[in-house]
Amino acid sequence: MVRDPESERERTIRVRNRAVMAVLLALVALFYAIAIVRIGGWG
Amino acid sequence: MTELSEAVPAALLRRPAPPIAGLVDGTAAHVARVGDYVEILKPRVMSLVVFTGIVGLAVAPGHLHPVLAAVAVLCIAVGAGAAGAINMWYDRDLDALMRRTAARPLPAGRMMPGEALGFGVVLATGAVLVMGLAVNLVAAGLLALTIGFYVFVYTMWLKRRTPQNIVIGGAAGAFPPMIGWAAASGQIGWGAIALFAIIFFWTPPHFWALALYRAEEYAKAGVPMLPVVAGARETKRQMLLYALVLMPVAAAPWPLGLAGPFYGAASLALSAIFVGAALRVCRDETDKSARRMFAFSLLYLFLIFFMLLIDHMGWH
Repeated sequence: MVRDPESERERTIRVRNRAVMAVLLALVALFYAIAIVRIGGWG
Repeated sequence: MTELSEAVPAALLRRPAPPIAGLVDGTAAHVARVGDYVEILKPRVMSLVVFTGIVGLAVAPGHLHPVLAAVAVLCIAVGAGAAGAINMWYDRDLDALMRRTAARPLPAGRMMPGEALGFGVVLATGAVLVMGLAVNLVAAGLLALTIGFYVFVYTMWLKRRTPQNIVIGGAAGAFPPMIGWAAASGQIGWGAIALFAIIFFWTPPHFWALALYRAEEYAKAGVPMLPVVAGARETKRQMLLYALVLMPVAAAPWPLGLAGPFYGAASLALSAIFVGAALRVCRDETDKSARRMFAFSLLYLFLIFFMLLIDHMGWH
């Protein structure tokens, strides 16, 4: 199936936005875990 | 071993960057995909870096909370990837000239140079900051040193100037187990130095095996790898010398008390095979044995660190 360049470009940008969102959420979880370990005195 | 070569003419050091495919009004018509961003992090190189870093962390004295240990490993991985991205940004002119690297996102025009540089700098800064905040300053300092060494000393200074590029620059690849060690213990001990030395002496025969059968491409791109500058014969001789030096170096964790006789025997056996591979390269006029040695060298390093982990954990 051949996609037209504009819809391909929009699709790529959409996937990139979702990837950035996933990375940001992962960072939030990471900093939360680091804070719990550090403040809890385990680290 | 070979002395530093004369500097290559300055005109050869940097070439005009390749044109970006589909560039319209300063904007790339082609949008870089998520896969392109992953590719510039050099995931295959990253996997070995991460593994050696994990072993450094595991065999070091001291204890690190599992969450913080995972953060340390993540920072090592991201730092290594960031250094790879900045390397791809700087070397995009060379990459365009070599078949092995021409399809990378930058020379292929799938990504703008600024995107790769920005991505690399943001990841490098983030990795060092998180390592410093979550783990300790020694590990963060070593991570920053590693990234800086790879980018400024290896990529920008040595790679295009001397056949000793991967000997000195190889130190960047040798730091990860030391970073892991520092993350767990907060210091740099003799064990960390031994792990560093294993990768440092392994790097030249590993890369020169590749350079032997890629010499034509390196010559075309103007990269003064040892086979290009000194010839195949001298390269093979030096590969053998490094393989011989590597034998006692790889066994060093045993007398240092980092591992027991199981590791000592395994490392000596593996190193003997490595020396045998280097001898076969010396005798072989074709590049067949060099290809085999390159493949085996990857397995060798993995097994050495795996054996160290097994012995240290008492799993054997």
